[in-house]
Amino acid sequence: MNEMTTLKTTPKDWESDQEVRWCPGCGDYAILKAVQRTLPELGVRPENTVFVSGIGCSSRFPYYMETYGFHTIHGRAPAIATGVKLANPELDVWIITGDGDALSIGGNHTMHLLRRNLDCQILLFNNEIYGLTKGQYSPTSRAGTRSPSTPFGSVDRPASPCAFAQGSGARFIARGIDTHKKLPDVLKAAHAHKGASFVEIFQNCIVYNDDVFAGFTDKKAAPDNQIWLEHGEPMLFANGTKGLALDKSDLRLHVVDVVDGNWEAAGVIRHDQTNPGIARMLIDLSPQRGQPMALGVIYNDPRPTFDSAVVAQNAEAAKGKTADLQALISKGQTWQVEKQPHVI
Amino acid sequence: MASAARELTPREAEARPPREEVVVRFAGDSGDGMQLTGGQFTLSTALAGNDLATFPDFPAEIRAPQGTTFGVSAFQINFGSTAIDTAGDQPDVLIAMNPAALKTNVAALKPGGLIIADEGEFGARNLAKAGYEVSPLTDGSLARWQLLAFNISQLTLDAVKPFGLGNKEALRCKNMWTLGLALWMFDRDRAPIIKWLRTKFAKAPQLAEANIAALNAGHAYGETAELSGPMKQHHIAPAPAEAGLYRTVTGAESISLGLVAGAQLAGLPMFFGGYPITPASAILHHLARLKEFGVTTFQAEDEIAAVASAIGASYAGSLGVTSSSGPGIALKTEAIGLAIMTELPLVIINSQRGGPSTGLPTKTEQSDLYQAVYGRNGDAPLAVIAARSPADAFDCAIEAVRLATQFMTPVILLTDGYIANAAEPWKVPDVAAYAPFPTAFLTSVPEGGFQPYARDEKLARPWVKPGTPGLLHRIGGIEKQDKTGNIDYSPTNHQQMTDLRKAKIDGIADHIPEQAVELGETSGRLAVVGWGSTYGPIRQAVSRARTRGLDVSHIHIRHIWPMPRNLGALLKGYEKILVPEMNGGQLKTVLRDQFLVDARSLSKVSGQPFRIAEIEAAIEEALA
Repeated sequence: MNEMTTLKTTPKDWESDQEVRWCPGCGDYAILKAVQRTLPELGVRPENTVFVSGIGCSSRFPYYMETYGFHTIHGRAPAIATGVKLANPELDVWIITGDGDALSIGGNHTMHLLRRNLDCQILLFNNEIYGLTKGQYSPTSRAGTRSPSTPFGSVDRPASPCAFAQGSGARFIARGIDTHKKLPDVLKAAHAHKGASFVEIFQNCIVYNDDVFAGFTDKKAAPDNQIWLEHGEPMLFANGTKGLALDKSDLRLHVVDVVDGNWEAAGVIRHDQTNPGIARMLIDLSPQRGQPMALGVIYNDPRPTFDSAVVAQNAEAAKGKTADLQALISKGQTWQVEKQPHVI
Repeated sequence: MASAARELTPREAEARPPREEVVVRFAGDSGDGMQLTGGQFTLSTALAGNDLATFPDFPAEIRAPQGTTFGVSAFQINFGSTAIDTAGDQPDVLIAMNPAALKTNVAALKPGGLIIADEGEFGARNLAKAGYEVSPLTDGSLARWQLLAFNISQLTLDAVKPFGLGNKEALRCKNMWTLGLALWMFDRDRAPIIKWLRTKFAKAPQLAEANIAALNAGHAYGETAELSGPMKQHHIAPAPAEAGLYRTVTGAESISLGLVAGAQLAGLPMFFGGYPITPASAILHHLARLKEFGVTTFQAEDEIAAVASAIGASYAGSLGVTSSSGPGIALKTEAIGLAIMTELPLVIINSQRGGPSTGLPTKTEQSDLYQAVYGRNGDAPLAVIAARSPADAFDCAIEAVRLATQFMTPVILLTDGYIANAAEPWKVPDVAAYAPFPTAFLTSVPEGGFQPYARDEKLARPWVKPGTPGLLHRIGGIEKQDKTGNIDYSPTNHQQMTDLRKAKIDGIADHIPEQAVELGETSGRLAVVGWGSTYGPIRQAVSRARTRGLDVSHIHIRHIWPMPRNLGALLKGYEKILVPEMNGGQLKTVLRDQFLVDARSLSKVSGQPFRIAEIEAAIEEALA
């Protein structure tokens, strides 16, 4: 972004006049605040910013932002956003979606947006439940989830949003937590990445799935169950007493103890955000298996964007040609009919 | 009230040149290149100055098993020295490249018509595949017609021998041999075809020369062989036509060109979101090559993404366009509702095909009229227009863009598989003669403040491009509050907004032409009312009936929704109303609903266009 387009704003400048209507205590409030706090730091202008959402609790988000906003239909935000960005690549496009919106009804669009690498930020609010329809299990709900539609527990296995993103060809994959102070840093990194930036945000649904992430988000549990990744830094957690080591015999990441900060001796490796193999292993870590939840920027290895390629090809194909409509419609196999006496 | 049709005076009748028209049908295996042969024959017909209409009729399978009846691909052309409106009821000449092609097409041939058959393909194997026990070429079963059978396969092999092609490749030149013969039969110039072959096979000059040799051999065969009897050379005089530059055009081409013209007249870049589907894909293919006209094409992951991306592009200030056929339009339905709710311009083209479900992908039908007018959840009105012919589709595409951008609404343009694929001569219009309808984006806060759902005199809301300072706002599919566009579920507001959306679309009727009568009086005993591609057969049938003195008029509706203001009164001036449609009677039902008139249906859903005679018979019955 060049100087001409940057602007000094405050979080207040990004708040619309609409009353926020999420349930009291919903994680969405914290995410809204984090976004409104982050945008002034990016130097971007509200009028160049577009929030596009699908359907679900999270998708009400655009109404609360003093930007351009489009609350679309269930699952289709990535497709609408693709049209917005291709029509005007100068716009800064943010997609707000949820686990049902992005991975169930809209899974196809999410996959193709990531594969194409459209320059935008996708914030997937994952609460592992359908909130707006009153609590049915979602594609990220854990097996055995009891809900109105699965009174005896769900029997299907959940999708992993970040693994889905990586499988779809995403070049930027990150995770955050609704109320965590590091969320703005994750958002900033997502914005800095040119291309589709996929951010899974663990969001607590206080009404239908309260505390589903408490196992790693609770204050007490957090240090031992969260690992915040920094590119080039050793992968340490639990206040530096534990780390992740790559066992070369089975090619898996293992949690190892770090004594006296001597992480190298413990075999802990540095985080390389451009390594897709390690990224996949980090995505799969699970607090339920005694491993920390990988958070922050897991994978970041930019590639040329779809929108820039479309713009470049359009320009290249049009080079040296003029938009002469009369000439265009007169092309092909033509013949001239001369004036002749009119026959009745 | 009824007035007799005007009879021709003897002088007029005398001044009328004898009507000369010929219908030729090329039929062969889907791998025989019949569409290509037909296309090139069409070109030579156009260059000869004849008026013409074509009907490509091919299977959904790309290469169906060789020699089978379901793998037959045919191309019919009707050409003549007077105005031609249809591809012809019954062929005068059938060129059958194998037994299956003969079997599936011969019944349609005019009694006494000419069959040209490739004897070389009538071996036991092919006969069995077509279900013949004995060869129809020898058992006398074709006695009703004139038969010319000779070994086109062998004659082709002989002609291309010097070029050293393999047997398979050599036999591929059969269609050019046949085309050469057809060119001779109708006294046509071979030069443009030879030029075309040299361009087509620029990278393989040997193939070009072999095909040219086959073409010349076919031509020479007609010229020199002792073909007494049926094989005669015919010269069809050029049809009288307005002076000017002409070209052949298919519906898919003219819609693409019309969209580009419409975008220029609106002063907008175009964004086209599409997903491959027969028979609509050709529009995507055409537009993909027109980048210099500010066209961005996007092959989406599915039909929903195709329309959704077009809506996103419209929101961002482009002309959003999407196109499909019935099954794809069904998938787009929810998103079209979003465009209605958010009041964004959107052009949706439906190249109709036989339905329901996958139906008949390559066959034509008009059965998506209900879908276009009514097929959405909620009270969701939009504008619907229908093209009557490949040439007419150019103007219809421009009209669709005009309505979409001037009224901030989705517009469905109905065409069909027949219009999309068929070619006809088109007098190239002067684009400067079209009145521009420039788009006025709102760029600053108007007096009294900005309201995203404020309305102009046409009830259209302002179009604001994201990126515009001072006009930030949010839109969405949830019910909007009048003027502010904020979320509002209140009962009075929903009533008001539903009424407003309807009033906006109804009001379009004040901005479209009144309904004209194509042929005949503005009142009388019978009106034949049509829409879309039935134009040609209805016009011919009405014209013939009128020549015989019957009191019948032809009305053809372009603006399906809203309908022209005068249509109801016009229809009430006729004692009877007949509505021929390639569906179960959809326009008929809408006319009855809108105007309480006793419209009767003439329905045909065979995947084939109406024959003139079918409509003529219905006219006679109605007036009996």
